Amino acid sequence: MMTRLKASWTHRSLMFLLMIYLLIPLLATGLYAFAKDWQTTVLPESWTLEWVGEMFQDLRFLDALWTSLYLCLISVALSLVVMLPAVFVITVYLPRWETFMKGLVVLPYAVPGVVAAVGLIRTYSSGPIDIAGTAYILIGAYFVVILPYMYQGIRNSLLTVSAVELLNAAELLGARRMRAFVTVILPNIWPGVIISTLLSFSVLFGEFVLTNMLVGGHIQTIQVYLYQRVGESGHLASAIAISYFVFILAMSTILMKLGRKINGEVR
Amino acid sequence: MKHRNRWVWLGLAPFALMVIAFQFMPILSMLTGSFRNVGGPGLTLDHYIKIMHSAYYLQAIKNSLLIAAYSSIIGIVVGLICAYSITRFAPVIRDRLLMLSNMTSNFAGVPLAFAYIILLGNNGVFTLLFKQWGWSVFADFNLYSWSGLVLVYVYFQVPLALLLLYPSFYGIRDQWKEAAALLGASPWQFWRTVGLPMLTPAIFGTLGILFANAMGAYATAYALVGGNYNLLAIRIGSMVAGDIVNQPELGSALAVLLALSTLLAVYLNHRMTKRSQLFTAAYASKSSSKRVLSRLTWAKVKEEAL
Repeated sequence: MMTRLKASWTHRSLMFLLMIYLLIPLLATGLYAFAKDWQTTVLPESWTLEWVGEMFQDLRFLDALWTSLYLCLISVALSLVVMLPAVFVITVYLPRWETFMKGLVVLPYAVPGVVAAVGLIRTYSSGPIDIAGTAYILIGAYFVVILPYMYQGIRNSLLTVSAVELLNAAELLGARRMRAFVTVILPNIWPGVIISTLLSFSVLFGEFVLTNMLVGGHIQTIQVYLYQRVGESGHLASAIAISYFVFILAMSTILMKLGRKINGEVR
Repeated sequence: MKHRNRWVWLGLAPFALMVIAFQFMPILSMLTGSFRNVGGPGLTLDHYIKIMHSAYYLQAIKNSLLIAAYSSIIGIVVGLICAYSITRFAPVIRDRLLMLSNMTSNFAGVPLAFAYIILLGNNGVFTLLFKQWGWSVFADFNLYSWSGLVLVYVYFQVPLALLLLYPSFYGIRDQWKEAAALLGASPWQFWRTVGLPMLTPAIFGTLGILFANAMGAYATAYALVGGNYNLLAIRIGSMVAGDIVNQPELGSALAVLLALSTLLAVYLNHRMTKRSQLFTAAYASKSSSKRVLSRLTWAKVKEEAL
């Protein structure tokens, strides 16, 4: 067992190399955001906060950030409202449908964003429901993107709290079905649901393909804005990229902490 | 009984509506569109035949397949070695290393392409440094070409391969190594005859996910080379202009072909995961299907940004 605890030099140097390889692009972007003059040296020659300052003064950046935030919030909220009862019904009353659901949930894995975008635009650019280029089609597309996380998150929570038994107990004590769902099931699955909600949110925040193809010309999210800025000013773009990354990082840290706390409670 | 049914349907209706509207309808519309005559009724295979006879689209398909194959194979080799290495560390350090590696994979798509432009683009930091130091070996390297794309693709494949592969190494027990050594096998012989065959389902399963990932990746390539490099995903993307699809039938046919390749790859993963569970379930107590699912979920998270 001693070999397990202390890794050999080969493994250590291998991991060291891997980490360097993985971290260099990140570090470079970070340095570039604060570099004033970086031409022919390993590290920048002088530093500045100019780019970060410029970023926060840029109205388009703040607009894009705001657009991203509320679009993701609406989509996640809609998904929550639609998915909670549906997954509850399937898990509790229609367990035979779960095979079908598993297939359905794998589908977004297998269909790339470009393909989904072509299908969506074909369906909604003409005909009775003409919503191409609007936020509605994007919210619909986002719903499908986060479907797997929401389904798995809610389902796993329901299974961990043994929803069926809880419900039976509540009904035995005279609670009506709706009341049992709201007062017994919901508070119990809430922590797990919050995790999948946050996860979905951070996924949508990083979404570029569908956003750019479906509504790129009309609605600017943070990713679309970043893409447009890459060509203009390198330093400004890296300031944006790095603040986006810090945001996502903060998000995943919260996620992990929450996850650990909840797993700890269950155990 | 009737009362209960009403609740059930009420809960399911919005969900069914959303899934039909935004998941099934687009796929159906794309499928039927790819077989439809331009500007008229009737079914036809014309669009597929046209693609098969067009050097341009064939090249796009070939480029996509090649880049997906190369980046997944390099990714899986690096991932395999690193995954073995990572299992040799104490769990605390292992988890930290994995966390770091996962963290970097949040850096995908547009930001990733951008980071590589800073580093290795025409005026990139390393490009200029190498020039100054006179390292002419790198003078030919062009980030906006085939080799550059492979380099960037490998970057997002490695953490994913690592994440998906490392648990399967716990299925290989130290006792087997000892037994093989006692019987006179060299470490190489052990890995060739026992270790690697055990890992084969996991390797091919992961390969499927990596391949699908690279086939469908759009943002990275789009941000790096724009429309200049002929890839299937880029071609499909370039047909979408604003709110409409130019040549919608042809675009649908291309999209169907792309979806077919990723579906096949994901199906391979599905089959292999089942098989590798047969192997590991008997030995590794912790590798329950729930964990496999959650790892896949994480894999998907990474994929979204590409």
